[in-house]
Amino acid sequence: MSEDVINVKERDIVVPGEVVAEGMGFLPSKGLYREGAKIHAGRLGMISIEGKVIKLVPLTGAYVPKLNDKIICKIIDVLMTGWRVETRSPYSAVLGLKDATTEFIPRSADLTQYYGLGDYILCKVVTVTSQRLIDVTMKGPGLKKLKDGRLVEVNAYKVPRIIGKEGSMLLMIRNATGCSIDVGQNGWVWVAGPSPEQEIQAVAALKKVEEEAHLPGLTERMKVFLEELTGKQVEVPTVTSGGQMTASEEMAAPEPQQEQQREEYRERRPPHARHGGGRRFPPRNPGD
Amino acid sequence: MSNEHIVKYITKGMRYDGRALDEYRPVSIELNVSHCAEGSARVKIGETEVIAGVKLSLEKPYPDTPAQGNLMINAELTPMSSPQFETGPPGEQAIELSRVIDRGIRESKAIDLTKLCVKEGEKVWSVMVDIVTVNDEGNLFDAGALAAIAALKSAVFPHVTEEGSVDYNKKTDKHVPMNQSPIAITVIKVGDRLLLDPSPAEEAALDARLTIALNDASMLCAMQKGGDMPLTLEEIGAMVDLATKQSKELRKKLG
Amino acid sequence: MAAKAVKIDYPKRHDGRGWEDLRKIEAKVGIIPRADGSAMFRIGHTVAYAAVYGPRDLHPKFMQNPETGILRCRYNMMPFSGHGERVRPGSSRRSQEISMLMSKALLPVLDLKEYPNSVVDVFIELPETDAGTRCAGITAAAMALADAGLLMKDLVTSLSMGHYNGRIMADIDGHEDCDVGISDIPIAYIPTMDKFSLLQLDGDVPKEDLLKLLTLAKKKAMDIYKVQQEALKAKFSGDGHNGKKVKA
Repeated sequence: MSEDVINVKERDIVVPGEVVAEGMGFLPSKGLYREGAKIHAGRLGMISIEGKVIKLVPLTGAYVPKLNDKIICKIIDVLMTGWRVETRSPYSAVLGLKDATTEFIPRSADLTQYYGLGDYILCKVVTVTSQRLIDVTMKGPGLKKLKDGRLVEVNAYKVPRIIGKEGSMLLMIRNATGCSIDVGQNGWVWVAGPSPEQEIQAVAALKKVEEEAHLPGLTERMKVFLEELTGKQVEVPTVTSGGQMTASEEMAAPEPQQEQQREEYRERRPPHARHGGGRRFPPRNPGD
Repeated sequence: MSNEHIVKYITKGMRYDGRALDEYRPVSIELNVSHCAEGSARVKIGETEVIAGVKLSLEKPYPDTPAQGNLMINAELTPMSSPQFETGPPGEQAIELSRVIDRGIRESKAIDLTKLCVKEGEKVWSVMVDIVTVNDEGNLFDAGALAAIAALKSAVFPHVTEEGSVDYNKKTDKHVPMNQSPIAITVIKVGDRLLLDPSPAEEAALDARLTIALNDASMLCAMQKGGDMPLTLEEIGAMVDLATKQSKELRKKLG
Repeated sequence: MAAKAVKIDYPKRHDGRGWEDLRKIEAKVGIIPRADGSAMFRIGHTVAYAAVYGPRDLHPKFMQNPETGILRCRYNMMPFSGHGERVRPGSSRRSQEISMLMSKALLPVLDLKEYPNSVVDVFIELPETDAGTRCAGITAAAMALADAGLLMKDLVTSLSMGHYNGRIMADIDGHEDCDVGISDIPIAYIPTMDKFSLLQLDGDVPKEDLLKLLTLAKKKAMDIYKVQQEALKAKFSGDGHNGKKVKA
């Protein structure tokens, strides 16, 4: 019977190849792998332990578009049947005509009237194929064209911490600075405030959360930081599920269905149809 | 698009990173960062970082300048320093950067090229300055020019053997003779305001840019206008004033 | 470069090091904020910067692989980083070969199947050199790839070994590299797999000596490996990002 040994504790930073545990009693989660009796880290990240399960919370890395993610995209091309958008990942996405707006778009309309090159939109991912062909939609609660604000880039893995448990961190920053803040899962954040000074405060707060996301006690520090920055009294919003959170709980995305839907790559278009160019005659029928 | 929003800030005298319009980010200069070069310097302006290195060699002079040494300045926008730069031969941005920095140094007579002559018509020193970008967070003109001049000021001649060939493993303590330290300052116009030390977002939103190189006596040695929009006479005057004031600050850092 | 025959029959090397001693090493992660991952590695007077961009869109399209992302390395010496005259900018046959070898040395630890049709670009630039440049480049690139958050089974660590007349040396420097009598053997090693992903040899080395040399190489590589691990952790642990102190 080999000894079960764990070499790391909660919140330890591990590097690729590092032996985090030995023995068959532990279960490696995503980002960790088993070689014989040893469990190794499979990327740079932070350890979170839940009973016998060892988890690795990534601290850096590229954003990978996932089904139902709300992301901020930038219009980079206007097609016959919609728009092509940049998603801050290796893969661009298509916003089809029928997903663009609840208004009726006439056939010969100038599409730039709706979304022009360089516009930023808050949209939702509705299809991700195994070849990473991605569709997004603007139809849904809260989805909109983003105006009168500035784009801030943060590490996509820090987004859950920026939003906070039940949105508490974001609410605290919004209340203190008076800015409207839209956070995309892809790490693009839109800040629109009543004045440049307040926008600068909101950006400073977001950057601070990004830098210190992996350290404990952040909420208290942010309260003090915001009070010093804005000169106003800041309340920490109450959160229904209280108590000490593990590192992975703090940094995990709030969507409960996320894990399940990531496995479902739905093929909405027939395999031969392509997104390249988008100029097709005659226009194809909507899938399903 | 995003221009409108930046202009809103700038009209109130503010910038996205909270600086004042004429405020420079912190500047640092570090010498002798490459022991292989005859002179080298690393310049940081905020998070923008460039390295310049000087190499010297003995060559035949050009036929039309038999008693003068040669000076060559080359800048490389490395793909390491920004996702915008690609591998391959220099594009127009790199070429403009090289030539503008070159003119600032050459036209100010910073180096007296006749002092580089070893034997008239036969042997002269060639001074080659290479500027390499490490991280692009805006304002590569000013950082590159400052690194080039700092590297030149610290450059020393390598040892020459009895037979007349260069021994790069031995350095002399004889400095490359410099008369001037030209400083380049870039001023940009966004909306109706003038800004110093632009960030990448500001460079993308600018209407016009003017890079001005000044010598120790604040004489104008070289200028280059960029950007799509034209400038009035008054604007040019105001930009020169801003650049002159800032060049004195930067020259203090050179020591 | 003039070839010299140096007699090595004194107990130490020209710079006073022991036969198995590495030069002074230093590593730092995150030095190029614009990049997705970056690192610096110094060994003696050889310094390599590595910047990783990716996974990102790959052009030209014909290079795309629908089953996996690809790794593309580009090794480049800055014009003023050579020992003699200025090095003309642009790629040479030597730099192209080294770029290819570096990709092969790093690929075994990477899993890019999550990113079909994309590319992970690694740019290595050297501001100063004193032999062992491809090894310093691989060492820096491994840290930069980890910093970029890519799936990696392990780090790759690399150094240049030497051999002279039955004598095995670790980490040969420029002076020793120039000596035609000393054989130059650069290696890259992956500790968890206990395998070599780069192996080159120039010189004349009998087989028994090669195996002894590779055994020593593994041992010395672990010294560099430890420094790589510490540099990666230093970016995050205790302090905030980039080592800024946090009042917790």
